[in-house]
Amino acid sequence: MLERDVLVVGAGPAGLAASIEAAKAGADVLLVDLNMKPGGQLFKQIHKFFGSSAHRSGTRGFDIGKMLLDEAEKAGVEIWLQSTVIGAFPGNLIAIEKGIDGGEKEVITLKSKKVIIATGASENVVRFKGWTTPGVMGAGAAQTMINVNHVKPGNKIVMVGSGNVGLIVSYQLMQAGCDVVALIEAAPKIGGYAVHAAKIRRAGVPIYTKHTVVEAIPGEDGTVCKVVIAEVDDKFQPIPGTEKEIEADTVTIGAGLKPATDMVKLEKCRLTFNGPFGGFIPLHNDKMETSKKGVYVAGDATGVEEANTALEEGRIAGISAVESLGLIEPKEAEKMRIEIWKRLEALRMGPFGERRQIEKNNILAEYEEKVVAAVEMD
Amino acid sequence: MCVRVEQHCILDVDKKEKKVKITVDGKEIEAYEGEPILAALLASGIKVNRYTVKKHEPRGLFCGIGQCSDCSMVVDGKANVRTCITPVKEGMVIMTQDGLK
Repeated sequence: MLERDVLVVGAGPAGLAASIEAAKAGADVLLVDLNMKPGGQLFKQIHKFFGSSAHRSGTRGFDIGKMLLDEAEKAGVEIWLQSTVIGAFPGNLIAIEKGIDGGEKEVITLKSKKVIIATGASENVVRFKGWTTPGVMGAGAAQTMINVNHVKPGNKIVMVGSGNVGLIVSYQLMQAGCDVVALIEAAPKIGGYAVHAAKIRRAGVPIYTKHTVVEAIPGEDGTVCKVVIAEVDDKFQPIPGTEKEIEADTVTIGAGLKPATDMVKLEKCRLTFNGPFGGFIPLHNDKMETSKKGVYVAGDATGVEEANTALEEGRIAGISAVESLGLIEPKEAEKMRIEIWKRLEALRMGPFGERRQIEKNNILAEYEEKVVAAVEMD
Repeated sequence: MCVRVEQHCILDVDKKEKKVKITVDGKEIEAYEGEPILAALLASGIKVNRYTVKKHEPRGLFCGIGQCSDCSMVVDGKANVRTCITPVKEGMVIMTQDGLK
């Protein structure tokens, strides 16, 4: 039977940071990811990050990805790609399916003393007539095509959603040579940073607030050729008679993300619903440990935020896992965690961050109330 | 129609990988070794990957990262291959997936 000290699931910023911390302390770390390359969504982020110098502001996402991969290699992290966790069983047993679709796949059972879940998030969908037509896709999917695969998903794009993803991806689609013919937002005003909105407005993209997509119309080949938009009322319902037809071959949906909790559910960790964090998320304490002992979480899987918060949470999870293995002194681990929580607080400030700090505190409090209290009652 | 990104102000988009040929529904197209099959198809203007089982509706790229299965095709005789996370190999024979099979 294959045995490891720590299994980390998901090789994005959270999983890489967790693996690095755990391996640096001397643990045998196995990091698994279903994709062809490690790095999660970092390699499609070609813009410079915001924040303080401690968080590498001014550095592009893909450069942060390269740094993390370097560090992981130096620390001796073992990485399995094209590998998916498909089962979790009593006795710290995890089933991993390894191999590509259509090829030889094998299922390996691993006994891992600690598990860190850093599975990230998936994109939300907006449903309208024709939303399954080829040419309608997630904004993140379009971003992957242009920035990672260097292929345009289409030529004339209607972007739905004016949060930071919608705004940044619109700009990046233009950088790749696509024509963004409209940006649609159901709310009365733009959701993301004004600085991003100004960039695409300057480039001449028409921004329609209080509008929604009513229909994606396929052409003869079955793919999108026209998009119908309409104004919405105060209840976000389309107002009849305000429809407008736009010629476009692609609709990209930037309607937020939701935490990927499949693995958390496999491990039967206690969940809670949190709207601002994107949906159901696992309860965890300040060590990033879930209601299940020895199972930790980090990054977007604990609530949708951004790469830097994911990275810092990953560090905490990695440190806590090796602390419980006795590889770091509790005092030392606590000192490190306090420093990281301070940096996280700095990241969760300002008009967009403050709410996340409040919600994070609520999650920690709910863990104390429901998980710790329940254990004490036993 | 070429839809590859050929110029970029930040990214180096020059392909260094080997150019290979693959077959899609009997037609030969060019691809780069190791890139996702889906990317090679998009670069050749192919956007429909499969048809649904019950209603025979077309599906194509949706999530791009192996989560949704909408870009599944038949590759070298094997069905349900997620083309967004499966790399191109020289001489691959790819078919639009019609139903689950």
